[in-house]
Amino acid sequence: MNLSGLKMIRQNQYGLDKVISLFFWLVPLIVTSLFIWILGDIIRGGIGQLNWAFLTTAPLDTGRQGGIAPILVSTLLILGVCLAVSLPIGIGTAILLAEFTPNHNWFGRLVRRSLDVLAGVPSIVFGLFGNAFFAKTLGLGFSILSGGLTLACMVLPILIRATETGLSAVPQEYRLSSASLGISRTSTLWHLLLPAATPGLLVGLVLGIGRAIAETAALIFTSGYVDRMPTSLLDSGRSLSIHIFDLSMNVTGGDANAYGSALVLILILLLINAIASYLSGKYSKTLKV
Amino acid sequence: MTKSIHNNLDRHKIAEIQPLMQIHQLSLFYNQKPAFKDVTLSIPQNSITAIVGASGCGKSSFLICLNRLSDLIPGCTVSGHIQLGTLNILSPKANTTALRRRIGTIFQKPNPFPMSIKKNITFPLKEHGVKDSQQRHNIVEQVLKDVGLWSEVKDRLQDNALTLSGGQKQRLCIARTLALQPEILLMDEPCSALDPISSGIVEDLILRLRQKYNYTIIIVTHNLAQAKRIADYTALFWVDKGCGRLIEFAPAEQFFNAPNNELTKAYVNGIKG
Amino acid sequence: MWKPKTLSLFPLRNWFKYRKDFLLVWLLRGLSAIAGIVILLILGFLLREALPVLEEVGITAFFRDDSWNPGEKSYNLVPMIWGTGLTMMGAVLLATPLGIVSALFCHYYAPMPIASLYRRLIELLAGIPSVVYGFWGLVVLVPLINRLHPPGTSLLAGIAVLTLMILPTITLVADASFAKVPPEYLMGAAAMGLSSWGTIWQIVIPSAKSGLFTGVILETGRAIGETMAVLMVCGNVVQTPDSIFDPVRTLTANIALEMAYALDNHRSALFVSGLLLLGVIIVLAIAAELVDREAS
Repeated sequence: MNLSGLKMIRQNQYGLDKVISLFFWLVPLIVTSLFIWILGDIIRGGIGQLNWAFLTTAPLDTGRQGGIAPILVSTLLILGVCLAVSLPIGIGTAILLAEFTPNHNWFGRLVRRSLDVLAGVPSIVFGLFGNAFFAKTLGLGFSILSGGLTLACMVLPILIRATETGLSAVPQEYRLSSASLGISRTSTLWHLLLPAATPGLLVGLVLGIGRAIAETAALIFTSGYVDRMPTSLLDSGRSLSIHIFDLSMNVTGGDANAYGSALVLILILLLINAIASYLSGKYSKTLKV
Repeated sequence: MTKSIHNNLDRHKIAEIQPLMQIHQLSLFYNQKPAFKDVTLSIPQNSITAIVGASGCGKSSFLICLNRLSDLIPGCTVSGHIQLGTLNILSPKANTTALRRRIGTIFQKPNPFPMSIKKNITFPLKEHGVKDSQQRHNIVEQVLKDVGLWSEVKDRLQDNALTLSGGQKQRLCIARTLALQPEILLMDEPCSALDPISSGIVEDLILRLRQKYNYTIIIVTHNLAQAKRIADYTALFWVDKGCGRLIEFAPAEQFFNAPNNELTKAYVNGIKG
Repeated sequence: MWKPKTLSLFPLRNWFKYRKDFLLVWLLRGLSAIAGIVILLILGFLLREALPVLEEVGITAFFRDDSWNPGEKSYNLVPMIWGTGLTMMGAVLLATPLGIVSALFCHYYAPMPIASLYRRLIELLAGIPSVVYGFWGLVVLVPLINRLHPPGTSLLAGIAVLTLMILPTITLVADASFAKVPPEYLMGAAAMGLSSWGTIWQIVIPSAKSGLFTGVILETGRAIGETMAVLMVCGNVVQTPDSIFDPVRTLTANIALEMAYALDNHRSALFVSGLLLLGVIIVLAIAAELVDREAS
């Protein structure tokens, strides 16, 4: 091969490289514009609905008119039940796995495996399970309690994974020096490791809340459809996501309020996200050695 | 000053000393791979024992066995005997919390907790049952004076300990350990992560503490000059076939001037290491 | 100076005070046992509810019956399996290259601020609720497809929405596995004068292969399990589609649509389809585990 031939090939190669580079910029551009399209559409459709009255009044005419007050209350109650149950179990499990389980312990391995599978279970299957176990077998019926408990099962793997990551990010020196001062592992955990793992805990909490608030399929057959203001945890309560689903699928002329509800849902999620990154940023600053 | 301490000491042959801690056939493994093997020696009371040797010869691993900190390291197993009075430290029934309170450890890298300077000292105290806050405050003042940190930090006791300089952090860690009134101090290269000036301050501090409270101190160092300056007894660890061994243990004078082992001779004269 | 109590180094009698750690560990073990047992509970209850119909008509009925008509005792799930399979395959085929390209973009093409901005965007995309995707698909995408080829609610709409939903999964996993490619490899490639595309194709992709496989398995799981979005845009007609413009019904949508009024054997049959979904997910989890073990 003579020299000019080599040059030709190289130029071709560079030409190809340029085309590919262009393609690599094009895909993110498309994804970004789709994202803006979705978000823009929800904002454009929902902004007109969004006002104080919408947030504080009950839905009328199966949701075509009126607001979403009881739905917000139900959503919060379901979330509350979910967190009250999943936080202690999740954090406890994460602490056990990260701090008190040797690498090859059979119990730890078994729990990890089962959580890996649990993380992949489709939400509709959680819905079936919640319906059969909480609603039927435990006799809780279609209620906020059933829905919250079902969601608790669902967010467990998320909470556990994030808390574990947070704990394993705490430097090993803290554990060693604490032990060298004769401090019990319980106190070490309580006064040293948990505060230091707070960013991880917060991230887990936020991801869990995000998943729980966004969930629909697991709730249809556990917390139910009723859009009245709940008076107890055994009442059926409609979550915000189910409200959107119902308005857009089953109620003709419900699109406007569906837009409004979707905007509220997205704003809540964005707000939680922002709080989390603010908090974890703040904590990680004070932790830096 | 160094001289006077050495002169004040009774010079015993190892066979004659009253040992505080007897270590017999001690070996430590990380995932079945030995870090050091078959170490047998006796730690004399109220003296400074220096452990020297090239890095990676198991000096630090040896130290963490003495108060069972090795329990915390995943994959780490220890075999042999460590006798303290009538207690075998390695027995699974030993109360490790009390053990570690009475055998304090200073690490190479100063590692105060991410709390206020004061809380770094009061938190362990509370844990060990000092309930009265005035008493705790007195102890804080006392130990910070002992390590010469009081004048530097007395106006900022509530500041985060991580804002201190490296040397100050290490002195805080020493103060935190002293507050618990340990009987034996283990020090794992306490000066090597510090700049020369802080290093000198910490070294002086060790000698002062030794004189004031008659601690038994076991110090790991790879700084031979330092060992010469402060130690009463010296042990040499060396890597043999990929695993640490105890080569020689002798009173410092003998160790540095008339060692028995050829390897020690070469090491002391700077031919090896 | 205080006088510390001389603590005995020997085992202590005061059970509560000195077994604090011991108590904590047992409490934690109890909590972990609850967390670990959830998946068994799910499997158990699904089996329990599915058994009546399985005993009565057997497994083969779900593949051999004439149609899906539980009222008339025929339980053919095959059209729904096609629905789930086709939407899943379409979405995975589209999302995988897009996701990998997105991750490569973040690592090797975009300047730092743009890359981190794009990552943040992908994370936000992952956080959008599926019902919102479904709603957007229903009011924006479906009318557009309808103009192209009625009725609009179709396999195509399902694939499109699903692609968007699983894109963040594969992107984030691929991103993480590209981050693990040792920088020495890239230096070596640069030293040999490889073009950037050559480096990616011959060095980066092969060494991140197992991570990418895991990503594909994860996104497949998400695509199979997704309910609300496909329920809202796919049209839900029980049929094996002939073209991508035909409406389909997925297994998940079938459960969501009929659970509300299903009784006895009908309800039981829905649990059978739930069991089928769970089975696929377990197989995928095992596959992910094997890929992981292969890599290490």
